[in-house]
Amino acid sequence: MDIKDIIKPENKVYSKSPVLLDNVMHYCPGCSHGTVHKLIAEVIEEMGIQEKTIGISPVGCSVFAYNYVDIDWQQAAHGRAPALATATKRLFPDKYVFTYQGDGDLASIGTAEIMHACNRGENIVVIFINNAIYGMTGGQMAPTTLMGMKTATSPNGRREDIHGKPLKITELIAQLEGTCYVTRQSVQSVASARKTKRAIRKAFENSALKKGTSFVEVVSSCNSGWKLSPVKANEWMVENMFPNYPLGDLKDI
Amino acid sequence: MALRGAIVVDTEKCKGCSVCVVNCPTNTIALAKEVNSKGYNYAYMANPESCTGCTNCATVCPDTCITVYRVKV
Repeated sequence: MDIKDIIKPENKVYSKSPVLLDNVMHYCPGCSHGTVHKLIAEVIEEMGIQEKTIGISPVGCSVFAYNYVDIDWQQAAHGRAPALATATKRLFPDKYVFTYQGDGDLASIGTAEIMHACNRGENIVVIFINNAIYGMTGGQMAPTTLMGMKTATSPNGRREDIHGKPLKITELIAQLEGTCYVTRQSVQSVASARKTKRAIRKAFENSALKKGTSFVEVVSSCNSGWKLSPVKANEWMVENMFPNYPLGDLKDI
Repeated sequence: MALRGAIVVDTEKCKGCSVCVVNCPTNTIALAKEVNSKGYNYAYMANPESCTGCTNCATVCPDTCITVYRVKV
């Protein structure tokens, strides 16, 4: 059979979600942000909630998320996305409100906001991209940086006596009574991407059921910050990140 | 009954990250020697006859530049 006979509209089994805009993403080649954006867009499309979803973009690489997913967006000050999401959800209780935050945004400068939003049990979804580094500003050490990991601000590797140990923020959030669903996923393979998509869908459904805050951590790679190729970065993530940040549901009520 | 598939890569959007190449179970995809206008070696079907249209490449593509087609033959 000729390729031209296969490539016909009636044989199409996968194409870009219409919720995703045509803009070329500014992310580095192989960046996990692009995959997570796509999964969010597909969940919004499948649930038919494009007109009812409001995203809160953070400060970090994903600050431009509003250029890629065709929904309503707001952009918060550094780390303050959960506070803005709280206000948005209270003003528009029928909307689906989610924040999209990196580890520098959520686990460092925004620790107070995320802790209290989750503790209050706001009916929002939090998508947390953990790549263990500040990607946008040039690869500085983040609270989630692994022990011994070399970054621009820890050139000899992270040391416990100077920098302390990596912050497992998702474990902390799982203990808060306001959260209903806390999970840790990844997107480096097909199986993991599909699991992440299911987790994001469940989080959005929880939001409609008013069960409390849903928190989805996605362990991600930052190949530019880690100074590795995209494929090598994913392999490094599986070898080094997953033992420190084990995948799976931490809480599901 | 066998499945035959084909992919169409938006070569201008592709950044040549190779994530699809390593996730392809039939070794169909490779990076082209040619580059797009940004200088990236884009992905293409190096072995078109082995494609089954499983959509794995498109699922992991960070830039959503792959469209997948599949037929039963």
